[in-house]
Amino acid sequence: MKKRKIGMALSMVLTAGTLLGACGKADDNGGEKGGEKKDNFSVAMVTDVGGVDDKSFNQSAWEGLQNFGKENGLEKGKGGYDYIQSKSDADYATNLNTLVRQDFDLVYGIGFLMQAAVEEIAQQQKDAHFAIVDAEVQQPNVASILFKEQEAAFLAGVAAALTTKTNHIGFIGGMEIPVIERFESGFLAGVKAAKPEVQVDVQYAGAFDKAEVGQSIASKMYSSGADVIFHAAGATGNGLFKEASDRKAKAPDKDFWAIGVDRDQADMGPEIVLTSALKRVDVAVQDLATKAKDGNFPGGEIVLYGLQEDGVGLAPINDKVANKADIESAVKDWIEKIKSGDVKVPGTREELKSFSVK
Amino acid sequence: MSKRLTNILTPIIAVLLGILVGTIIMLASGYDPAAAYIALWNGAFGDIYYIGEVIRQFTPYILAGLAVAFAFRVGLFNIGVEGQFIVGWTAAVWVGVAFELPRIIHLPLAILAAMIAGALWAYIPGLLKARFRVHEVIVTIMMNYIALHVTNYIIRNVLASKSGDKTDLVKETASLRSELLQSMTDYSRLHWGIILAIICCFIMWFLLEKTTRGFELRAVGFNQHAAQYAGMNVNRNIILSMLISGAFAGLAGAMEGLGTFGYAAVKGGFTGVGFEGIAIALLGANTALGVFFSAILFGILKVGSLNMPLEAGVPNELVNIIIALIVFFVASSYIIRVFLERFSKKGVK
Repeated sequence: MKKRKIGMALSMVLTAGTLLGACGKADDNGGEKGGEKKDNFSVAMVTDVGGVDDKSFNQSAWEGLQNFGKENGLEKGKGGYDYIQSKSDADYATNLNTLVRQDFDLVYGIGFLMQAAVEEIAQQQKDAHFAIVDAEVQQPNVASILFKEQEAAFLAGVAAALTTKTNHIGFIGGMEIPVIERFESGFLAGVKAAKPEVQVDVQYAGAFDKAEVGQSIASKMYSSGADVIFHAAGATGNGLFKEASDRKAKAPDKDFWAIGVDRDQADMGPEIVLTSALKRVDVAVQDLATKAKDGNFPGGEIVLYGLQEDGVGLAPINDKVANKADIESAVKDWIEKIKSGDVKVPGTREELKSFSVK
Repeated sequence: MSKRLTNILTPIIAVLLGILVGTIIMLASGYDPAAAYIALWNGAFGDIYYIGEVIRQFTPYILAGLAVAFAFRVGLFNIGVEGQFIVGWTAAVWVGVAFELPRIIHLPLAILAAMIAGALWAYIPGLLKARFRVHEVIVTIMMNYIALHVTNYIIRNVLASKSGDKTDLVKETASLRSELLQSMTDYSRLHWGIILAIICCFIMWFLLEKTTRGFELRAVGFNQHAAQYAGMNVNRNIILSMLISGAFAGLAGAMEGLGTFGYAAVKGGFTGVGFEGIAIALLGANTALGVFFSAILFGILKVGSLNMPLEAGVPNELVNIIIALIVFFVASSYIIRVFLERFSKKGVK
């Protein structure tokens, strides 16, 4: 036993030595890296604290990377595509730096929480390329991906307004940040446009990773008469689906609809998910990776994804909704209007105040 | 076996047991433990950058550990380190952003603000405990949530710049950051705070072991009634210990606010540093030196574990399990102690 332990320790030291040696070599090649292109384009992402399986934002981004990997015959891991999860705010910088050190050609920071970290590291690692989702970083080697969330939320609002029987709808936000404000404003505008008399409760959970808070808010909203709830709260929203499923199981003849966000969350409960406000982080991530691979990395620019660019949208309406056809046609009309520019969906509460549709 | 040796051996055995059980779990779930631990090692020491990050990570850990340990030595269980930490963080950044002063005044002022804020936050449970015998565990837990949401409110409505969810960077004159340390460690976020943390270790040791006041504090921790009988003012010592504990916690917050981040942002949840401090104090047997070493261990585990998924394909939740196991074995150190005593008796025979 003892011998084996010593053996293991020895082998560990040896491997550490080799790996360290490898690190040194990589550094030596650093100079040439900028000039010649490697045959394999590698790309990786850092999740925020929600984790890669948050059934929402981070997961969507990872799906985009996986698609990109498949398309280009890459393998998961170094030199291909990969991800690292962050467990606290302090981990962002370490994780981003780790990926840069592993020579990934493009490193994504997923989420506005990472803005400061990306900004700082981009200044230090001028040869590396970064992209950040949901935030703006003005550095020549960073591409900022932003979405017109309000357009997707608007469509969700239309669907919700046409579905509700109690004329009472809920909105659960994650944290009060500009991104979620866009969701809220768009959603409220959509409801107002489709059915002005509907009442909407708006509440914020204050976190993106607290499913239990999401559940208690959902419970309160359903109890007070809401029958459709839309969440823009990442993993916090999982509590909404739990609550809706529990209630549906107890009272199958009543309506407890939930509207998902970011990706099509129909898999969270076929009985209760009305639709989802799609924010195609996957499309954006894949699109940007492809651009970068082809040498068109939009460094220093803001890349905006809206309905026009297929960056946002609405998932298919649940088959169990009675007036599915009406909703679908209404949604279609609004999509036309938004795409043609007839309707400008408000992206802030300020804009919402003056929003009206004739 | 001497008591001192047992005290040193217990945490070491707990750590080894934690790693051992972690290995078994990894084997059972089909991961390669050797590769995992190598990845952990590389993630903590593989590059000068990571060494810098490890030091950066354990700086607030030392102070949070000291905060818990100090209160514990006086017989108080300060679960509120997290809250005091957040309050200190915000206070330090506030001073750092709001004033224009020369460095020699500004930096100490920001640090002092953090310590005072943390101390005041701990003063409330201390006062309630001393006056009304309200259990400090309950009050400090509640104070954590109050701290989280109050500071979020302040950051969002008072301090935040236009983006709405975080403050500006603290002024250069209040920053603990150092170009020198950063360039030495290839752009890690290492900052001068580590010096402060080490000084605080020394202060805690000196205060508790070498002063009359420290003797009184410890006496209250051993037996309140005996201390009172001996003519010591128990209530005053309780409040004092919470104040000092809170000041350590607030200082830990300043490490993040003035060093690691340089700003304060709206938080979705607890940072975990304060809770980590409980485990660190426990592993360090509530002594200054013990806290120092166990904070280093936690820093290594935390930073190193980030590398495990990438290099070895092991989910970093496993590291959390190992840390939890270590804490478990430390907490059940009684078992280890009994085992050690048996073992030594056998040796005598």
